[in-house]
Amino acid sequence: MSQIPAELKYVSSHEWIRDEGDGVVTVGITDHAQELLGDVVFVEAPEVDNEVEAEEEIAVVESVKAASDIYAPIAGTIIEVNEELEDSPELVNSDPYGDGWMFKMQLADVADLDGLMSAEEYAEEIADE
Amino acid sequence: MANKTPLYQAHVDAEARIVDFGGWDMPLNYGSQIDEHHAVRQDAGMFDVSHMTVVEVTGAEAKPYLQYLLANDVDKLQVAGKALYSGMLNEDGGVIDDLITYYLTDEHYRVVVNASTRDKDLAWMENVAQQFAVSVEERTDVAMIAVQGPNAIDKAQSVMTDEQKAAVAQLKPFVAAQAGSLFVARTGYTGEDGYEIMLPDEQGIDFWNQLQAAGVKPCGLAARDTLRLEAGMNLYGHDMDETVSPLEANMGWTIAWEPAERDFVGRKALTEQKQAGAARKLIGLVLEDKGIMREGQEVIANGEVVGVVTSGTMSPTIGKSIAMARIKRDINEENLLIQVRKKQLEAKVVKPCFVRKGEALV
Repeated sequence: MSQIPAELKYVSSHEWIRDEGDGVVTVGITDHAQELLGDVVFVEAPEVDNEVEAEEEIAVVESVKAASDIYAPIAGTIIEVNEELEDSPELVNSDPYGDGWMFKMQLADVADLDGLMSAEEYAEEIADE
Repeated sequence: MANKTPLYQAHVDAEARIVDFGGWDMPLNYGSQIDEHHAVRQDAGMFDVSHMTVVEVTGAEAKPYLQYLLANDVDKLQVAGKALYSGMLNEDGGVIDDLITYYLTDEHYRVVVNASTRDKDLAWMENVAQQFAVSVEERTDVAMIAVQGPNAIDKAQSVMTDEQKAAVAQLKPFVAAQAGSLFVARTGYTGEDGYEIMLPDEQGIDFWNQLQAAGVKPCGLAARDTLRLEAGMNLYGHDMDETVSPLEANMGWTIAWEPAERDFVGRKALTEQKQAGAARKLIGLVLEDKGIMREGQEVIANGEVVGVVTSGTMSPTIGKSIAMARIKRDINEENLLIQVRKKQLEAKVVKPCFVRKGEALV
């Protein structure tokens, strides 16, 4: 059974979002997503300072098996990427909600956070898959 | 309802990730496919390959039948247990399947074909068999386990009886022997030494568990794919199919042209192709840049698409992306560009054999 921390928000494309306050969020992929992918061997990070729309393809995670797009879960600006992943992409598998985080965003509108899924809603969503 | 191998319950008990493969519920991995890959390169791993189709070819004309059916010549098999890799071709010289034939007696050969091509293979084999005094019969009562890696033979022998050990002790590469209830072949699909072992289906799980207790790591299809690609071994339906001739798939060595009087299915088309020169060739690629080459990506030279990636992955042993690609024959550049998603990345052209016996060759 994959972990779904209660304090995070989620989108159906399997990214998690942590509210860091001041309109900043951290984004990664869920435990469920990393399980589906298998061993992650390459992460193509988004570009810092890029303004992105919700659901825009902005990064790529590649496992041995396949490449998967990572979507911006919410509109905003990329302000930081996890540079550790360049040399240690396996962190996405071993610690998806911690050291395996992908990027930070400055939100265009903090109110957008209210439209995201709760842990419970995400758990229901993946149970239906 | 998907087919299940005699070992299916062992995979479920080990919490393997199960996927559909050619109509079979098969283990993709038991956790980390990279760990499984390294186990085979450095120690010993095992694969359930019971989904593969085992066909017994028996009868007075078993030998002439196979000599006509296959591009390679079973007359090369003179010692009991000896194995031969071959393509089974259509009249156009396209590959219906690649397979291994074991010689048991002049009137009994055992053929192992791919699971994903079972139906068309059996139909083709039966159709050709109508011209010969031969019986073609599928075995559905066997489990098959591939034990592979530098320590695979030692660990596999550690779970055998003294009689079985004696029967396999002198086994040379690409030869099989019956050892009690085990049919043990020194073959594989990983580029490492090891055995492929057939045994009665009801003994499968017990033998699998004994191997695991002896330190052989269960490995899934995902590791099997990265291992075979590193070893430069073709995967049917990806690196070749019915639209590709052996000459375009690095399988030229499996065509027995001599004796010239031996006719086989596809010989005429292949002979013409050989004289004219095959239009395409299968090459190996190692990516210089970061990223991963994948099946279906375009290969570019001088601004022009000259071919396509047929298999691509991240090589766990080398730490770079490797691939096989089929390109136009007259392209001889040392480096090619690969269209990897939105970017064109540079790859070095190499012989499509990347790793052998644990050592990187590129």
